[in-house]
Amino acid sequence: MAKIHVSTTINGEPTEFLCDAGDSMLDALRDTLGLTGSKEGCGTGDCGACSVTLDGRLVCSCLMLAAEADGHKVETIEGMASDHLHPLQQKFLESAALQCGICTPGMLIAAKSLLERNPDPTETEVRFWLAGNLCRCTGYDKIVRAVMETAADMREAAR
Amino acid sequence: MNDQSNKWIGKRTVRPDGADKVTGRAAYAADASMPGMIWGKVLRSPHPHAVIKSIDTSKAEALPGVKAVATAADFVDFPTDTPVPLGIQDMRWMSRNILAKEKVLFHGHPIAAVAAMSEEIAAEACALIEVEYDVLPFAIEIDDAIAKDAPILHDFIQFEGKPSNIAGTLEHTLGDVDAGFAEADVIVERSFTTKPVHQGYIETHACVVSVAPDDRTTIWSSSQGQFMVRAMTTFLTGIPQSKINAIPAEIGGGFGGKTIVYLEPVATILSKKSGRPVKMVMNREEVMRATGPTSGSKSTVKIGAKKDGTIVAGEGTFYLQAGCLPGSPIRGAAGCAFAPYDIKNVHSFGYDVVSNRSKVAAYRAPGAPIGAFAVESVLDEVAEKIGMDPLKLRLKNAAKEGTKAAHGPTFPRIGYVETLEAALNSDHYKTPLTGKFQGRGVASGFWFNAGGESSAQVNITEDGNVVVTTGHPDIGGSRASIANITAELLGIDYDQVSVQIGDTASVGYSNLTGGSRVLFASAMVVTESAAEVIEQLKGRAAKIWGIDPSQVVWEGGEARPMGEHSGNFPSMTLGELAAKANATGGPIGAGSQSNTVGAEGGFATHVCDVEVDVDLGIVRVLRYTCFQDVGRAIHPSYVEGQLQGGMAQGIGWAINEEYIYNKKGQVDNPGFLDYRMPVCSDLPMLDCGIIEIPNPKHPQGVRGVGEVPLVPGPAAVRNAVFDALGIRIDDLPLSPPTVLAAFDANSRQAAE
Repeated sequence: MAKIHVSTTINGEPTEFLCDAGDSMLDALRDTLGLTGSKEGCGTGDCGACSVTLDGRLVCSCLMLAAEADGHKVETIEGMASDHLHPLQQKFLESAALQCGICTPGMLIAAKSLLERNPDPTETEVRFWLAGNLCRCTGYDKIVRAVMETAADMREAAR
Repeated sequence: MNDQSNKWIGKRTVRPDGADKVTGRAAYAADASMPGMIWGKVLRSPHPHAVIKSIDTSKAEALPGVKAVATAADFVDFPTDTPVPLGIQDMRWMSRNILAKEKVLFHGHPIAAVAAMSEEIAAEACALIEVEYDVLPFAIEIDDAIAKDAPILHDFIQFEGKPSNIAGTLEHTLGDVDAGFAEADVIVERSFTTKPVHQGYIETHACVVSVAPDDRTTIWSSSQGQFMVRAMTTFLTGIPQSKINAIPAEIGGGFGGKTIVYLEPVATILSKKSGRPVKMVMNREEVMRATGPTSGSKSTVKIGAKKDGTIVAGEGTFYLQAGCLPGSPIRGAAGCAFAPYDIKNVHSFGYDVVSNRSKVAAYRAPGAPIGAFAVESVLDEVAEKIGMDPLKLRLKNAAKEGTKAAHGPTFPRIGYVETLEAALNSDHYKTPLTGKFQGRGVASGFWFNAGGESSAQVNITEDGNVVVTTGHPDIGGSRASIANITAELLGIDYDQVSVQIGDTASVGYSNLTGGSRVLFASAMVVTESAAEVIEQLKGRAAKIWGIDPSQVVWEGGEARPMGEHSGNFPSMTLGELAAKANATGGPIGAGSQSNTVGAEGGFATHVCDVEVDVDLGIVRVLRYTCFQDVGRAIHPSYVEGQLQGGMAQGIGWAINEEYIYNKKGQVDNPGFLDYRMPVCSDLPMLDCGIIEIPNPKHPQGVRGVGEVPLVPGPAAVRNAVFDALGIRIDDLPLSPPTVLAAFDANSRQAAE
């Protein structure tokens, strides 16, 4: 079967690629485009390690077909830092909110998505928003604190 | 080294590998590719137990795009009657685990592997391999495996003179338990079961392997030991260690589960046969069916105490599932269970039971949480019966310096008492619970901790900075701790130090990242190397100044003349000495290799508050604190990280996690949806009571930290549920069906 031609925007860059009809967006990112920052922990949408945003909406790229990216904007972990780290990335570093780091890209993408919607989340709101992102190392404590502290810093900076 | 002098030890520095990990740059096992690379896939058994009569791979080999097919016949043969130990593993079993030989022993057992131009073609080819089976009856649970008429997995395993599924036993005896129980005022005896739980690392097993025509082999994989990968690959493929370079990728969690190989030797043979680099990546279902987990168990524990709380005797019998090949962690269960207590009479017995499950792998203090679950649950009841606070009961009997443990050693200075005192005096323990169906539980735990082989190299760069190379994959932040120590020892800035994990061709042999040993052992060899580097630096300065090296002191990152020469020459920084290195004798650097000793055990005490939803059976953790003697917190954030991760895994083990088998002998929940690890909304903040009793046998006072925080968890939660409901549930997990059934049965009993 002929490959599908996809024209999309990834991290702000116009991007074209070919994929099979059954390829997931995660496969396209990792194997075709060399963007290996998004991880496959389960392939079934349960762990969130492959989290990206599609037109600003948080999705598991393992559950999205690569062909669905056509005409849309995808943001991945590789696009999160500009000329400096995003405040969430910086806070994760400073507060040791990662250990092995395999969940970290997805966790950061999910947290950024939360703060874009809700700049002042409660602990409970953070915990439920991140409930789709599994971390086996940290027990989530330092992650939740880092997200809340970043939210406070960003609110302060926006005043 | 006193606290005032510490600039970097104890500081919450930013980890050297951090920026890579928050930007997606860090390369894990599945992130690598090589030119010309093809893909490998594994054919797995559809039966839990069967004799392999024949394997016909001809149709698979004929499929276009297939480049190699491998079966057990392509690997080194290890006859079952000749042990070939490597650490705690045996190559007889490892070879049969990576690819089935005479029999398939569990549903999902690898039988053959294919390398092809794409993963899809490899999978298609696997389906074309024809295997003829003689299907056998199977045993999954311990009781089925040790029943009189149980299907025997291995004819060569004998117990009490007969073929058996009991593959081994272990016994610890201290004093005379019968005499001890005779003195007891109160005796409590209970039986318990725990389910197998998976380590649950988010990164699945993966590797890329390239074998050149002269057998020179490059292995890129994530593991808890690149030297283990090299050694096992050599054993199983016959390629000598000198020809293999095992490169440690960043590892996405291990918890013990990546202390053995599954894919690397298979990819090596596929690469050798195909002449191409081969990449293999397990999916989550393969991980759940065919790797890890830790043992399920059944155990019985009996403890006798006097009215004043003195424990006079303890007896435990622990049956642990090994999976399909021998080797469950009975030492951890039977050895650690009673270790926190000074008990004069102990008898602890472990049985290693094989059944048609995937072979178990290490999981954070292997076996110890199983032993602690039983002992700490019984102690809770002893405390209730004699009307004593459960922490005070433990304090009265706590092991301390000089206590003889049943598993052998006499303890040196340990901090168990301090964990109990900290718990007793904590705000958490002093704050009363007020809600209905709320309860508080406590439990303690012990883990051996390990020393062992480590190597390090400390090199001064030409521009006056420092590169440290060690041989242990860093899972939880050990590079940051080593950088803290190196900066402290050399008196330089943390940012001047870079810490690398060497591959097997560039750093000396270093044993596994496991046994809570990494910082303990690597800090020792780094300390020795840094001391030698300082001697070199003093020598170079002495040469420049034309004085004797004994007249030079290294302080604050500088060489200074001392004694009669004090003040005669301006001090020289690391940068200045590095710039003159070639003129003063060449590159500056030193390495050290050692088999480290003196790790000493670790102790923790947990306090857990729960609330039970008696309509839904859901146990919710409200508050949780871990009090642990960590020796010395070189990097407090990553010490807390270990404690918090251990607490979360203990809560998962207690409340939700379990392997569920169907009637066909297959795992019925091989994914994260149905194998329910704690998610963010399941947990409260996890509090840490860090107690620092420096290990006298370590230059920085380090004591292993990573494993013991899992040990008390399941019992602490279980004891809290008892406090909430007044019902002692002895079977894990305390999942909604179990809790509801216990609550309903209790309510019915009360009504009658």
